[in-house]
Amino acid sequence: MAGSLAYFNNFLSKQPALSSFGVMVRKEVGDHIRSWRFIVMLLLILFTFAGTMYVSLSNLGQVARNYNDPDHDFIYLKLLTTSDNSLPTFHIFISFLGPLLGIALGFDAINAEKNNGTLVRLLAQPVYRDSLLLAKFYAALLIVGTLFLSLVLLMIGAGLILTGVPMEATELYRILTFVVLSVVYVGFWLSLSICLSVAFRHAATSAITAIGIWLFFTVFYQIIVNMIVRAILPDPASLQTEQVIAYNNLLLSLLRVAPSQLYTDAATTLLMPSVRSLGPLTMEQMAGAIPTPLPFKESLMIVWPQVTGLVAASTVCFAAAYYLFMRREIRT
Amino acid sequence: MENPIIELHGLTKYYGTVKAVDNLSLKIGKGEIFGLLGPNGAGKTTTILMMLGLAEPSDGQAVVCGINATRNPIGVRRKVGYLPDSAGFYDNMSALDNLMYIGRLNGIPEKEIVSRARSTMEMVGLGGEMHKKAGAYSRGMKQRLGLADLLIRKPAVMILDEPTLGIDPSGIRDFLHLIRQLSRQEELTVILSSHHLHQMQQICDRVGIFVEGRLLAEGNMETLSRSLFGKDSFAVEITVRESLPAAEELEQQLLQLSGVTGVGINATTVALSCHTDITPDIVRLFVQNGLDVTGVHKKEYGLDEIYHRFFEHNVKKESFQWQVH
Repeated sequence: MAGSLAYFNNFLSKQPALSSFGVMVRKEVGDHIRSWRFIVMLLLILFTFAGTMYVSLSNLGQVARNYNDPDHDFIYLKLLTTSDNSLPTFHIFISFLGPLLGIALGFDAINAEKNNGTLVRLLAQPVYRDSLLLAKFYAALLIVGTLFLSLVLLMIGAGLILTGVPMEATELYRILTFVVLSVVYVGFWLSLSICLSVAFRHAATSAITAIGIWLFFTVFYQIIVNMIVRAILPDPASLQTEQVIAYNNLLLSLLRVAPSQLYTDAATTLLMPSVRSLGPLTMEQMAGAIPTPLPFKESLMIVWPQVTGLVAASTVCFAAAYYLFMRREIRT
Repeated sequence: MENPIIELHGLTKYYGTVKAVDNLSLKIGKGEIFGLLGPNGAGKTTTILMMLGLAEPSDGQAVVCGINATRNPIGVRRKVGYLPDSAGFYDNMSALDNLMYIGRLNGIPEKEIVSRARSTMEMVGLGGEMHKKAGAYSRGMKQRLGLADLLIRKPAVMILDEPTLGIDPSGIRDFLHLIRQLSRQEELTVILSSHHLHQMQQICDRVGIFVEGRLLAEGNMETLSRSLFGKDSFAVEITVRESLPAAEELEQQLLQLSGVTGVGINATTVALSCHTDITPDIVRLFVQNGLDVTGVHKKEYGLDEIYHRFFEHNVKKESFQWQVH
């Protein structure tokens, strides 16, 4: 985040020499902030944020007094994860809205420039082709990062005023890691939609394709995986415990192909310190375990594969966009 | 030519199996206005893109300002301004902001950028409309903005691809005049591509004629017409009122006149080609034969004829339709 702040300083102090990459990022950020679609997405996220905060604040007292819950001391984590089932929690909302945000910021990144005739003119300037692609990606991530960070800081501030409970360092780490995780998650959808914007000539086609992929993973993928597993799964009664666990793990691994699954797994572990494993645990494994919150580092170890998976998926999409774009004839 | 600013050596480009540009060699000197002339799809834009390093040549090389365009495209693009045929601008930004964005990308210091953008807008005659959104600009104004876009960078070479497309006639005249004036003022080398003959004739020092990826001829109008038409540099067409009674006899008589190299007789018209201008003798012969001459038309070879001469063997390729004013 320090880098992004340094960039804003650059913008404000109007230093004379900004690299062509910096100039492009600056212009892209300006474009996004003024665009209607960003304002619409911003309002949507603000409303869900306000709604979830309202619900969690009104249930906070009850949750904090629930001594059976090992996490009851983490007021600020509870703010993000408490719900009375009338509304999903904030990270569940983000697992839906994050993809939309990423798609909205990236679906017409390249093809709109191409259709407007600005792409050829831009590439005839002394700039590298890849800095255009990178600037599009970086500018959108900068905005998303700023948005999430300011939301979370607002939440912390409001929590501090309303409850007066001082924040623990581990809570701050967890919340900041959650912000980074959310930015990475949106970054995956952003790089996917930028890749589609390079591949398809029309902005509408790339938007529909991106939304189709998103819908597939949110709605149909779970259904399909469940159907397949049910078809190949023998009668559970005839299986050994290890085999049941093996099948269960298989099901989970298949579900984790969906980025939203990775994100919710990781977000849950980060925001609920008592979550010890994302798969099934046997009784032997649980024996002797005291239900206490895990230290931050241990939670991070649990979600590390998820984070790596998300980063890898974004990198693959971005590399594909890069490959398609660098070799492309630029004439329309 | 001494110190050419653009040198193309055996430039070739394949798209699949189609040869878009075929072994093109060309030199353009500093301060020259060069016209690339040819029908659509002749490989003009491909050649330009290769000069800018935006397309990779399959063979040969393009050297611009002493820099190899394929090896160091950024270096070339620092010196060369390019206005594509369908140049677009960011419609939601003002024209001045569009210009300043390009200026910044070219590394113009932040202190100078506003004053330089303003003076460039004045130079192309958009001083009064610089705060309008680029989306509200007419086609002609956009072309001027595109020109400003090139000029703000102070390039050594300007390349304009079909710059007059879609502008009205008076707009074209002003625009070409502006280009010529700027080129002379700043000693800019300008390359224009077009399929409009007259416009090229108005402002180009030299033209190159492109057909199917090959440069058929290059030079100024005079050398072009000499190289193309050889001795037949004069042509006269005579129209009579009634159809000719004894065509063959007349043809013989005409061929006996000194200087006549060819005669073609239609029902009421006679077309002649000759080395020297002997129109009076021809008319006298017609009058002596008692023919009623209704029209005598002496052809001068302009770019039109040059163009037609090239394409008359290509009539089967009806895919292009150029405009002749």
